[in-house]
Amino acid sequence: MSSSTDWPLWEVFVRSRRGLSHTHAGSLHAPDAEMALRNARDLYTRRNEGVSIWVVPSTSITASSPDEKDPFFESAADKPYRHPTFYEIPEGVKHL
Amino acid sequence: MTATANAAALALGDDALVLSHRLGEWAGHAPVLEEDVALANIALDLLGQARVLLSLVGDEDELAYLREERAFRNLQLVEQPNGDFAHTIARQLYFSLYQRLLYAQLAVTDGEFAGLAAKAVKEVAYHQDHAEHWTERLGDGTAESHERMQRACDALWRFTGEMFQPIEGLDIDWQALEASWMEAVTAVLERATLTMPAGPRAGGWAAGAGRQGLHTESFGRMLAEMQHLHRSHPGASW
Amino acid sequence: MTAVTADTYEAVFEAAVAADERIEPRDWMPDAYRATLVRQMAQHAHSEIIGMQPEANWITRAPSLRRKAILMAKVQDEAGHGLYLYSAAETLGTSREELLDKLHTGRQRYSSIFNYPTLTWADVGAIGWLVDGAAITNQVPLCRCSYGPYARAMVRICKEESFHQRQGYELLLTLSQGTPAQHEMAQDAVNRWWWPSLMMFGPPDDESAHSVQSMAWKIKRHSNDELRQRFVDICVPQAEALGLALPDPDLRWNEQRGHHDFGAIDWAEFQDVLKGNGPCNEERITQRRLAHEEGAWVREAAVAYAAKHQAQHAKPGEATA
Repeated sequence: MSSSTDWPLWEVFVRSRRGLSHTHAGSLHAPDAEMALRNARDLYTRRNEGVSIWVVPSTSITASSPDEKDPFFESAADKPYRHPTFYEIPEGVKHL
Repeated sequence: MTATANAAALALGDDALVLSHRLGEWAGHAPVLEEDVALANIALDLLGQARVLLSLVGDEDELAYLREERAFRNLQLVEQPNGDFAHTIARQLYFSLYQRLLYAQLAVTDGEFAGLAAKAVKEVAYHQDHAEHWTERLGDGTAESHERMQRACDALWRFTGEMFQPIEGLDIDWQALEASWMEAVTAVLERATLTMPAGPRAGGWAAGAGRQGLHTESFGRMLAEMQHLHRSHPGASW
Repeated sequence: MTAVTADTYEAVFEAAVAADERIEPRDWMPDAYRATLVRQMAQHAHSEIIGMQPEANWITRAPSLRRKAILMAKVQDEAGHGLYLYSAAETLGTSREELLDKLHTGRQRYSSIFNYPTLTWADVGAIGWLVDGAAITNQVPLCRCSYGPYARAMVRICKEESFHQRQGYELLLTLSQGTPAQHEMAQDAVNRWWWPSLMMFGPPDDESAHSVQSMAWKIKRHSNDELRQRFVDICVPQAEALGLALPDPDLRWNEQRGHHDFGAIDWAEFQDVLKGNGPCNEERITQRRLAHEEGAWVREAAVAYAAKHQAQHAKPGEATA
């Protein structure tokens, strides 16, 4: 019986206000996308926490695995020139 | 407010108060936790509406807790016991469609209720959406859910005629309201692969009865439960 | 996996916990850490949803519309908190269905406090003040727990729960300052809920089976006795302001310790309720199981509908972030 009554898991992303991106809020169960949106609205925005919601089936998310952590993220860490603090600017120069 | 406006506020307020109470009975009993949350949201919206409307007439608690059964002006539809989930959804479908159409009209009139109707209509749109989605899922789900949903739509059908008895003091085209309601119900039930109920939409007893203070037996028990604590401590504050 | 690799993983894990970093779902973690977390999060989630019952018991009898709205919102929050916690537990690969099944068959527990009955309206206030108060004392430190999803769920829950305790306190204050009958109702509720609330922190430290390891893993941040003492110290002045007595003749300020001393807790009662012999153990589980079983056809219908309509509902949403 249980498999015919189990609802799949969805990940919920909420845009808390205009100008911000959608942020992962948590997950929930729903039989389909439309119900997932509605459940997400009831569960994650009961206190006006959002202006827009995305729901994604949890199974559709591809995640980088921690084993690949180093090759994935370390190359970024050795590119300090991508960060503004890398550059020395003479004192008093503004708007940079 | 005029006496007519008071009577209208009571009719609308009692609808919301009583339905909110019935939905509150679901707390902890819903078929899935997500639905506990959803039904509570709807109940809270309705309770909010009831409090605004009753407060237009007098003290909200005196009106809710100290009136006798015959003084309530709600539709018999909203006082019907929850039954199974299909019954609750059928009741939600019939009432939320009615309330949305009614409040949408009230919102564009310039009467006493325009402001609160404009706010409430957004809430009610969500109640309607919830009811429609579930009607479709139960109607077009399994054989069992189809049968339960059909039974629920049929069973509550006889309480739907009463909704279109004019409420004095509201500037509403009731015939047009009824036609739009019928059209909307027909469309939803069709999408849900359900058959339009064929029975009478009002008996001699039901037509306009709730609005005149005539209710069904279960309503008295509902009020007994709702009012007993408040009435046991006359004059107390809570 | 070679032994060396396992050791390395373990070292990385230990270092992360030691540095107060968060462990995330896909990180390597010791099996026992995973099992303890699932057990703790499940028990916490179960407590939220079983905890709906004693309070929902009063929704239909709430004596004013304002109180009714507050109570419905609170019970709804509890359903929501249960969902956040099940969702956190699911990040470790245990489905909600599985956890619910364990609850329904008595293989996982919920907080024993909810096996006590709510006999009068004042019990709603006592639950808010004492039970939620004890829960908050327990939960606030968990916002810094080492497991990321649990900590994040707790942050959300603690934020939302701030109103729960206040509404209970306000409710009791109104009763305490109301008619003599209302005052008596409030005192009676506090008398019945005080000791069970103290039991909520769990057995004394020297008898607590899992405490030491859980503290090392930072999925528990303070000891049972430490939190219990903190709670008692917080409650004493609050009770005074309420004009209600705490039912403990041995309760008094200890200048030397800088804390309140309090009487012996009846741990036999605690064990008895834990074993299933509390006043409402049977009712609570039966209601939960019934709701689940009677709702099966609804959940099944939604699954069947989704299967039929999958193609139609697969429409594109918003294209970009």
